[in-house]
Amino acid sequence: MRTTVQGKQVLATTGGRDLDRDLPLLLFIHGAGHDRTAWQLQTRYFAHHGYAVVAVDLPGHGGSEGPPPDSIAGYADWVADFIESLGWDAANVVAHSMGSLIAIQLAASHPDQVISLALLGPAAAMMVHPDLLAAARSNDHLAYDLITGWSHSAGGQRGGNQTPGIWMSGATMRLLERNHPGVLANDLAACAAFDGAVDAAAEIRAPTLLLLGSADLMTRPAQAAPLQAKLNQQTIVLDGVGHSMMMENPDGVIDAVADFLRKLNEA
Amino acid sequence: MVEPDKLGFDTLSLHGGQKPDSDFGARAVPIYQSTSFLFRDVEHAAGLFNLERQGHIYSRISNPTVAVLEERVAALEGGVGSIATASGMAALWLAVSTLMGAGAHIVSSASVYGGSNNLFSQTLPRFGIETTFVKPRNTDGFRAAIRPETRMVFGETLGNPGLEIMDIEAVADIAHEAGLPFVMDNTFATPYLFRPHDWGVDLVHHSITKFMGGHGLAIGGALVDGGIFDWDASGKFPTLTEPYPSYHGLRFTEEFGTQAFITRARVEGLRDFGAPLAPQNAFYILQGIETLSMRMDRHVANTRRVVEFLQSHDAVEWISYPELGDHPDHERAKKLFPKGCGAIFSFGIKGGREAGRVFIERLEVFSHLANVGDAKSLVIHPASTTHATMSAEQLERAGIGEELVRLSIGLEDAGDLIDDLAAGLKASQR
Repeated sequence: MRTTVQGKQVLATTGGRDLDRDLPLLLFIHGAGHDRTAWQLQTRYFAHHGYAVVAVDLPGHGGSEGPPPDSIAGYADWVADFIESLGWDAANVVAHSMGSLIAIQLAASHPDQVISLALLGPAAAMMVHPDLLAAARSNDHLAYDLITGWSHSAGGQRGGNQTPGIWMSGATMRLLERNHPGVLANDLAACAAFDGAVDAAAEIRAPTLLLLGSADLMTRPAQAAPLQAKLNQQTIVLDGVGHSMMMENPDGVIDAVADFLRKLNEA
Repeated sequence: MVEPDKLGFDTLSLHGGQKPDSDFGARAVPIYQSTSFLFRDVEHAAGLFNLERQGHIYSRISNPTVAVLEERVAALEGGVGSIATASGMAALWLAVSTLMGAGAHIVSSASVYGGSNNLFSQTLPRFGIETTFVKPRNTDGFRAAIRPETRMVFGETLGNPGLEIMDIEAVADIAHEAGLPFVMDNTFATPYLFRPHDWGVDLVHHSITKFMGGHGLAIGGALVDGGIFDWDASGKFPTLTEPYPSYHGLRFTEEFGTQAFITRARVEGLRDFGAPLAPQNAFYILQGIETLSMRMDRHVANTRRVVEFLQSHDAVEWISYPELGDHPDHERAKKLFPKGCGAIFSFGIKGGREAGRVFIERLEVFSHLANVGDAKSLVIHPASTTHATMSAEQLERAGIGEELVRLSIGLEDAGDLIDDLAAGLKASQR
């Protein structure tokens, strides 16, 4: 699906189904240096289970025109405009890593546009290793190597993917390699500079799911504790799963988010 | 400076793709000898069939034992994923059938396995797919042969049987400039000696019957997707970029990104054409891969000893091995194959076909059969066997003369191999 936001072309996927305006919107926001395809194992499920699904390429990522916003707040404002452009008043938001910071800021600054939040691998503050930031700024492949290694649990690095034949580390590496120069550095710098997650969380009333991986090396489960204290949330920890939890345990992610949304709808 | 956290080649050869057995703690990869797999419930079944959930349905499309092998091969090659097939030829057909249909055209190196040549030159024309063959060292010839309807450029990383080494980077650039994927057969090299994706190759196919298995027990193939090629930018591959009615309008590139090709190849190619690898054969080949690097080092070491011996023998007219200074691709070999140029090579025997017959029939340690890459040393006369369906012109273009004998050097004691060859050569010259 192609659309225009703030005068720029945007690419998004809809889980293999045309958008149905009568269904609630489920918006997927990817993490730093990723694109819409990070959600490939979740979007089709929800598109066939009662939601109008949109997994968007953030500006400058995947098939969306850049430049990317240089701050989490800038990304959040862009997502607000994107939801409006889709024709829905508000969305259920599923977001990963940097996307979870964007979603937190979005829910705080544009509360009427967020029905619920499912935050995967969030952290109250996302510190970025200086070597990683330096490598990303010089567009050194080392940045992709480092992120690929830290994206997967020890088990995930060995493999045993639920998707037959797909090598997870290879898939993560290629996804990162598709970044345009400077985009990953922009994202990492935006994450490192964002210190408003806890304050923003305190303002959020939307029901929230925190989905954490017990073997997450990028955003360790303990880093979500300050958010847990502020949010109206439930937390699920996926055992043995690393940061790329959508890939390492696609069913675990689907089931947790589906159960969360089902309970919201029943309430 | 912080170092990347990633596993090395040998660790992946032993562990790649395997999640330890959760039920019984089996250390080895279990053989899931089952045609089909239980669904949790009707909802789960529907999800698997509609690509909403991932898992195993039926062993024609995927199998847990085979999946370990597929991940392991993809990991060793540095790709995003792979599909294991019933044979190397099935893997090549899977690539062709996923990329193109009637009216398409292939540009192929002329120096390829006889079976691949046969598919391209004899069989595919019946399905409306034509192939233009180009001598592997004629880099500009690849550019000249590309037509508007061309859909892939093909070659072998070590040409069969002459071990020609194409200018892989240059041909990859030529293919990419034309919006085409570069597909290479990496059977002779294995990912231990050469990783094509690192040099711009988009898809890799293997006969894993050969060095990957190494034991000569099981036939198998693999198709690896590097996840590199930009199918959307090319615009020549509607199977990957346009809606697919079979999955209600799914666009593979839009949904699966870097995994678009390998996903389509599985859900269509294995579903509709069949030819999956059997789990028992996957198990055998996994045993071989566990020792791939050590075996390849020994294969190469033995080959160097044998080549050295043949170089000084009067009954040998020529030897084609890229590590030799007189091989046309010697400099390229040093750059691309620093760990060795494999264990298959050819030489010319004085006395032509008849001397070759006597030589082969005199050998005791070498086995005369139509295979390569076995732990045991092998010998064959390609012009009368593996490449027999090629015309005289095709044989000339591929550099296969009547005097050419192909050896596949195994893991025996090098001294025994040399003694055997010496006896055979002596007999051939009487």
